[in-house]
Amino acid sequence: MSRDVAIVATAQRPMETHTLLTSVELLAPTLIGVLERAGIERSEVGFWCHGSCDYMSGQPFSFISAVDAIGAWPPIVESHVEGDGALALYEAWVKIQTGECDTAVVFANGKTTAGTIDRVMTLQLDPYTVAPLWPGATALAALQARACLDAGGAVTEAAMAEVAAASISAGLANPNVGWGVAATADELLDRPYANAPLRAHDCGLPVDGAVAVVLAAGDAARSLCERPAWIRGIDHRIDTQRLGARSLTESASTAIAARHAGVLGDRIDVAELYAPYSHQLLLLLTALGLDPERTSINPSGGALCANPQMAAGLVRFAEAADRVLAGTADRAVAHSTSGPCLQQNLVALLEGE
Amino acid sequence: MAERCAVIGVGQTHHTACRADVSIAGLVREAVDRALESAGMGIADIDAIVIGKAPDMLEGIAMPELWLADALAAHGKPLFRVHTAGSVGGSTAIVAAQHVMGGVHERVLTIGFEKQSDGNTMWALSVPIPFGMPVHAGAGGYFSPIVRTYIARYDVPLHIGAMVAVKDRANALKNPYAHLHDEGLTLEKAMESPMLWDPIRFVETCPSSDGAIALVLTDEATADAHVADTGRSVAWIHATAMRSEPTIFAGREQVSPVAGEMCAADLWRKGGITNPAEEIDAVEMYVPFSWFEPMWLENLGFAPKGDGWRWVEDGVTEMTGSLPVNASGGVLSSNPIGASGMLRFGEAAMQVMGIAGEHQISDVRKAVGHAYGGGSQFFAMWLLGRDKP
Amino acid sequence: MSGGTIDYQRTDDGSFTAPLVLSYPYARTVGNTLARFFTSLRDRRIEGTRGSDGRVYVPPAEFDPLTGDACTEWVVVGETGTITSWAWQGEPQPDQPLDTPFAWALIRLDGADVEMLHAVHAASPDAVTTGGRVTVRWSDAPEGGINDIVCFDLIADERQSDGEPRSASGPHSGGASHSGGASHSGGASDSDGDDVVRLRQPIEVAYEWSAGPAATAHLEGLLEGRLVGRRCTSCAQVYFPPRNGVCPRCAAPLGDEVEVGPAGTITTFCVVNVPFLGQHVKIPYVAAQIVLDGADVSMQHLIQECEAEDVRIGMRVEPVWRPRDDWGPSLENIEYFRPTGDDDVATIRATS
Repeated sequence: MSRDVAIVATAQRPMETHTLLTSVELLAPTLIGVLERAGIERSEVGFWCHGSCDYMSGQPFSFISAVDAIGAWPPIVESHVEGDGALALYEAWVKIQTGECDTAVVFANGKTTAGTIDRVMTLQLDPYTVAPLWPGATALAALQARACLDAGGAVTEAAMAEVAAASISAGLANPNVGWGVAATADELLDRPYANAPLRAHDCGLPVDGAVAVVLAAGDAARSLCERPAWIRGIDHRIDTQRLGARSLTESASTAIAARHAGVLGDRIDVAELYAPYSHQLLLLLTALGLDPERTSINPSGGALCANPQMAAGLVRFAEAADRVLAGTADRAVAHSTSGPCLQQNLVALLEGE
Repeated sequence: MAERCAVIGVGQTHHTACRADVSIAGLVREAVDRALESAGMGIADIDAIVIGKAPDMLEGIAMPELWLADALAAHGKPLFRVHTAGSVGGSTAIVAAQHVMGGVHERVLTIGFEKQSDGNTMWALSVPIPFGMPVHAGAGGYFSPIVRTYIARYDVPLHIGAMVAVKDRANALKNPYAHLHDEGLTLEKAMESPMLWDPIRFVETCPSSDGAIALVLTDEATADAHVADTGRSVAWIHATAMRSEPTIFAGREQVSPVAGEMCAADLWRKGGITNPAEEIDAVEMYVPFSWFEPMWLENLGFAPKGDGWRWVEDGVTEMTGSLPVNASGGVLSSNPIGASGMLRFGEAAMQVMGIAGEHQISDVRKAVGHAYGGGSQFFAMWLLGRDKP
Repeated sequence: MSGGTIDYQRTDDGSFTAPLVLSYPYARTVGNTLARFFTSLRDRRIEGTRGSDGRVYVPPAEFDPLTGDACTEWVVVGETGTITSWAWQGEPQPDQPLDTPFAWALIRLDGADVEMLHAVHAASPDAVTTGGRVTVRWSDAPEGGINDIVCFDLIADERQSDGEPRSASGPHSGGASHSGGASHSGGASDSDGDDVVRLRQPIEVAYEWSAGPAATAHLEGLLEGRLVGRRCTSCAQVYFPPRNGVCPRCAAPLGDEVEVGPAGTITTFCVVNVPFLGQHVKIPYVAAQIVLDGADVSMQHLIQECEAEDVRIGMRVEPVWRPRDDWGPSLENIEYFRPTGDDDVATIRATS
């Protein structure tokens, strides 16, 4: 008995390697932009939901100022998740399922460069036995990469370099990214390690950005948009955070979420996957049953060339939806992740009618 | 269109200044285990977990729900984190309920918690923003001027805040889980309590607590089976509502914020309530400074504007009154910030379910849970009933 | 550059930025399971708990991740173990276990099944291998935390160690050999009078705070002793301070600059009587909401040169500025507001 919900419009602020704008300055024009694209007024929006992280911005209640970007008058129905905007999209999707609203604006901003993100993310770890060692997020990802390399499967240093090269190249062509110096996989393999076995280009570049999408249900979606990107399935699952307690050479929670979202098995034209590290993209492809020969993977460049944390997952949804909305793809997968080493994963199947 | 949803289990910790005996996982599990027992379930029966808490600087852990996945046996399940400032406990319960009402899951565990003693509450909530003017007055310094405005606007006698404090602390004596057990607090003693942020006195101020609460929310089939199997009661969710407004804007009304009024109006409309004061049998509202009780009575549409304080004075909101407010002792007696909103929602459920023990109001057919946060700008409420909606 | 109490920078486009440091010495209570684990570490013994599937977790699992049951079976494990994965930390960061390049590793201690994360001391990444054997290097000054294991050292041969504890020795002896950042974290299970075991974890994270380009005119004004607000291009209300250049009510840009004040009216206030860490003003003091002349929102500031009981809603006040040499881009340039002595504005609606 679930309602059909679609993404009907998206808006991204071109990302910056370091912004001086405040969250509100990043968000306000993005929200105005997405409303214009959707063709709805602020007052017509049934629900506003956003994602952000206090520790990333360095302020408790940092999301409260984000409300200033909305123009929340008269008072609105609004909620917030401490996490990526993709999870805020999930909350909005659930709310629409209840029938409480027919439209929602989901947004996120990530000022990843405000602090030292690698250190800040250490604070996600077990506060008693892991965080006091202060391992950075990249070190943990590197541990996972080594485990994958040792396992001798699809993840090889060469394959990782291919992923990075493709990301750089796609990022150069992406108007929301537009930076980078093209390189072949072989050239990348010659570069020094950052946290071995990860090289700098294997790690998502921390950048600042903002993104918003509009969700609409059923007839509301059809009235707003010629070719809505219908969310045919959406699900999220979490793994243990303890790295030694799960297999690091697979993403079990992604596979479970994919199954529940109905992703596995059928033809997928394009997939936008949030892989902050190159080897993780390869793990996600396996977990999602995706073949790069048959599916366009991260045509946006993904999160390696540009990783505005807390927004990067929602950016994947926007990129996937854009292609469905434009008619260049019929079926798309969007994915977001959070926690160390792909601990928590959200998967959605988008389809054009 | 929505599925029916019921609260079938409630569990909370003994709230106190410092739960020295537990880790954060232990604190959360104490509430969770009691909620599961109350629901007659094991943790394996839960389909999804929705957690809410306030700013992560309180404990110095970013997104602690990720690490807590192990302690909650959440591997392979959906786990979700809500953060809407002080109202978070309430909005979290609403988000959890929507998972059931939207037909997404059948059995949802929702948790609110805070372990404030691990850090420093005042510091964590008011990290100064560069280029601003730090007045260092904290939450009390923010809300106290608003209270002054209420008093001035309606010429409110100055003992009203103390009356509410005496009531809530007396109620807390009947709540074994409450943080503050203030024996022998009289109105006279309360009026002698020192001013912290005049006009708010020390005794009129909430504590800083470690604590957690968990609720088990299920679909109709599970709730019906639970009732049939155990003979226990459940609390049916009749309506939920949320509203937000900006912190500062020209012409903003702060004593009775429009977002609060609209949130309540939405709740009454959805729940088919036309006369809240008469139709609601028990209210758990978010009163961190005692003066907010008369203010919220007006804001939520129970009492006419300017009359909230008369209701307090007339004893309307006492446990023996016609509209008992905060029989649990309220935020004024226990305030683990991330849990406080859900404590209101959960205590309202306990009243409907008849499991509030010594602080049970008799014959509660309908109860309301209310939470607010930020600069009196985020509001979350739910309406519960003994009967199905 | 420094101005008043602020250390700030100007960027190329004129925006104001300032450092923002969150620093707090958290002190965690750990519960019985971890208390036992940390107490054992302090005594140079490593214990884990067994989960429902038989796996031994080190550090111990308080609750079984599969069933949720409390783990109650304890198992003592060895001080030696095997690396199952590792990564190189070529540039050690503040607070990390070692201050020369080292390896992070997942280590399966002998007798345990679930790996633990820790640091492995090695001269170079070439010395570290998956499958390599390591042994604990104990701290000489244990504090009851995970850092009582300073790190692990590589052992040359494959045989198990004889179980004798190795004390910290060599050039990297002892615990707190860190460069920069906060002091050594993770430890101090000292009791504090009532036998509370607390794990001290000082956390310091630093940020760059940007006021944003929309605030530049306002902050430049403050540097010059002017109070500059901005008018909403939609509702025409004047905001002071003009945060983010957006009207929170209309979502329209804030446009024209408008000088406001210097005098204003108190719309409401409180008398602060609570001592607070870092407070400079003597209690009791008045914190008031003031609407500066020409502005349409109030701002919070201090009232002085007036007894607290004499402050009134509707009172007219004027700013008292700090010495000009102390000025920075902040409202702190105004030390406080004081009564002007003019008649109260009786008609002002008492909204905050």
